[in-house]
Amino acid sequence: MTEGAHAGGDLHPTREEVVLERIEAFRRRRPRLKDEFINSAHGAGGKASAALIDAVFLEAFRNDTLEAMTDGAVLELPSGDRIAFSTDSFVVKPRRFPGGSIGHLAIHGTVNDLAMMGATPRWISAAFVLEDGFSIAELHAIVADMHEAALLAGVDVVTGDTKVVNKGAADGVYITTAGVGVIPADVHLTAEAVRPGDKVLVSGMIGDHGVAVLIARGDLALEADIPSDTAPLNELVGKLLAAAPNTRFLRDPTRGGVATVCNELARAADVSVVLQESALPVRNIVNGACEILGIDPLYVANEGKLVAVVPAEEADAALAAMQGHPVGADAAIIGEIRDDPPGIVILNTGFGGNRIVDMLVGDPLPRIC
Amino acid sequence: MCLGIPGQLVEIVDPAEHRGIADVDGVRREVNIGLVMGEAGGIKVGDWILIHVGFAMSRIDEEEAQRTLEFLKLMGDVYDDEIKQFSQDAPL
Amino acid sequence: MKYVDEYRDPAAARATVAQIEALAGDRHLKFMEVCGGHTHTIYKHGIENVLPDSVELVHGPGCPVCVIPMGRVDDAIAVAKAPGVIFTSFGDMMRVPGGKENLLEAKAQGADVRMVYSPLDALRIAEANHDREVVFFAVGFETTAPSTAVTLIKAKQRGITNFSVYCNHVTIVPPLKAILESPDLRLDGFLGPGHVSTVIGNRPYRFVPRDYGKPLVTAGFEPLDILQSIVMLLRQIREGRCEVENQYTRAVVDEGNPRALKILGEVFELRPHFEWRGLGFISQSALKLNADYADFDAELRFNVPGVRVADPKACQCGEVLKGVIKPWECKVFGTACTPETPIGTCMVSSEGACAAYYNYGRFTKAATIPVRAAEPEPVTSG
Repeated sequence: MTEGAHAGGDLHPTREEVVLERIEAFRRRRPRLKDEFINSAHGAGGKASAALIDAVFLEAFRNDTLEAMTDGAVLELPSGDRIAFSTDSFVVKPRRFPGGSIGHLAIHGTVNDLAMMGATPRWISAAFVLEDGFSIAELHAIVADMHEAALLAGVDVVTGDTKVVNKGAADGVYITTAGVGVIPADVHLTAEAVRPGDKVLVSGMIGDHGVAVLIARGDLALEADIPSDTAPLNELVGKLLAAAPNTRFLRDPTRGGVATVCNELARAADVSVVLQESALPVRNIVNGACEILGIDPLYVANEGKLVAVVPAEEADAALAAMQGHPVGADAAIIGEIRDDPPGIVILNTGFGGNRIVDMLVGDPLPRIC
Repeated sequence: MCLGIPGQLVEIVDPAEHRGIADVDGVRREVNIGLVMGEAGGIKVGDWILIHVGFAMSRIDEEEAQRTLEFLKLMGDVYDDEIKQFSQDAPL
Repeated sequence: MKYVDEYRDPAAARATVAQIEALAGDRHLKFMEVCGGHTHTIYKHGIENVLPDSVELVHGPGCPVCVIPMGRVDDAIAVAKAPGVIFTSFGDMMRVPGGKENLLEAKAQGADVRMVYSPLDALRIAEANHDREVVFFAVGFETTAPSTAVTLIKAKQRGITNFSVYCNHVTIVPPLKAILESPDLRLDGFLGPGHVSTVIGNRPYRFVPRDYGKPLVTAGFEPLDILQSIVMLLRQIREGRCEVENQYTRAVVDEGNPRALKILGEVFELRPHFEWRGLGFISQSALKLNADYADFDAELRFNVPGVRVADPKACQCGEVLKGVIKPWECKVFGTACTPETPIGTCMVSSEGACAAYYNYGRFTKAATIPVRAAEPEPVTSG
């Protein structure tokens, strides 16, 4: 493994190569959870989240479907048909932000997870945990948003649940949605299908949602016209798969951003993902906000975008198909898959250098340095 | 400590309290301009400032910025000769 | 972005790197930068991978977050846990570990810890919460200290009594001197901290060429600024000069910012000595609130444990900070000491040399072939 990792391929690895190899071996070990208590890093989608999931949930629920750790579970029915099944919880604060609300996220989030499996989303469940004293008018508004989102996505909310908890718990309202969709027989999207030479695409501008919510919180006293990008992606996926039937893999870069999706892919498929900084689509204003705060758009959450890996010969068709759809108008080819160094994401910087894009440690925090 | 971002001063909200609004690529934030008020010529709307933790630290001098860029552009041409000359000199 | 994009132009970069190659010749030269922001830029843009092997960049003790000893972080956490306190801090400090936990973890256990972008935001929180004690965790070099000072002056003017500052501001010249005094030093020049210089100017660095015979160029923070500064250092060496030069002329003037310096004098005084992680005790290297502002000093208002927590014995940060060893040469790098489980200062914040190398720099020589994207020109949009 060491020899292939460096151009020049010496027979005797240098001292530095030995150390790097030792680090990689250490990193490949199952993530170990040393914490006794939950903290915010466990929810950020990065290394801490992975450790928690591995040590607590996978450990208890061991089965092959769960171990696949995809956006949703792929289940085979006795008839041979496959369905995708996914769930997500929504706790965003503030509940309403430019571009949408927790209601939109609740529907789009689950619809998109199903779409990333290649499924046609059909049926959604919605469970509400409500805080004693929560405004029913606000609940009406949230549910109206959910209805609007469901119509747009072509899904039905067919079952649900409501609980009320004491004042002080549930921070207003927590919503959990689950969804079921049918996967067409000829669609097989998995990380393992990804090959060196494949192209990596993103469906549009990155960083909008995370920055929109950060600004809407008000703590940082920034004013910017940045709406969340929350949107359903099932129609876009349909167009994409029609134009590029050999698409290997899809994932939506929600918390943790494009960087996290690429890192998960690199590890699952044991390949290298090489991104081109000059090709990353980012709005100037989002870039400006990220520069002020010192956060990297690659790690910021998106709620209406997908990352796609397609064979090189289908990349142009995939791009054109996405660009022809309203939510994919700013789609771009942002990188490619290589075989080396495996499990690592590399960014070729606009300036001409390169660097690693590592897994997120915790929530991206604004910095002053 | 070092994250300083160039932005444009687009409004002076309260000169006595040194409150202004800076614009960075469309993002706006209130900044304190107290540290740059005394600069030669004072600070005025339209000036570019270096922003750090909500404070304007200095005025960005457009001429100097241009000069730096010119120097960088010239790197490729004029100084090629200089380098050729140096390489021909005896080593240090 | 204006004043940013122009200084990231790849074509100019290539030309400048060619200059560096020619100027450096056969020599192997080591230049140190002493600013966390520089470390960050260098790694973020992959600058070390475009430099020729003849020029090596060494990352010095320029991260004011990293150098705060664990005992001081413990004191901050003790204050944060005091009843009724709203503890405000920059994002950088939230994950820095103390003896057993960090501020984020303290927050998880119920302490009211809030992240702020500016010390003025902390003051605003105090004004909006009269029944609570608001404390601001002040960190940073001379770049940030004036902002804390202005905030304190406003607090005093407005008669705000529920606000105090836990002051950990440090100054750049003493650690620079400590590095230069080190017997195992092997450096050929310095990149000066551009934003600190907007406050202190260029003159305070004169002792570097005068007393230690090393050139220093005050450098800006975009990739081309750093490359140009390297060219200026190489030119000095070539021409047999040894002086302080300013590359960051668009933001830095020789005399600095007299107004900011005056404000510093109104509020702060030098501590006799202060402990720096990785460097030990350095005299007159840190600020505390002076007698006129003692009422706002959190260390006087609260009982802090004040316990000194030693760095683990395995830690080799001191050697990394002086450029004697590279991050990966440290015995615990990447195994016992990682960004999630940092042992020493160099791994603690994302601009420490070890963290930057771990997060950004590993393996990058392998992927130097550019990817051909469908649209080669940068995407711009409104």
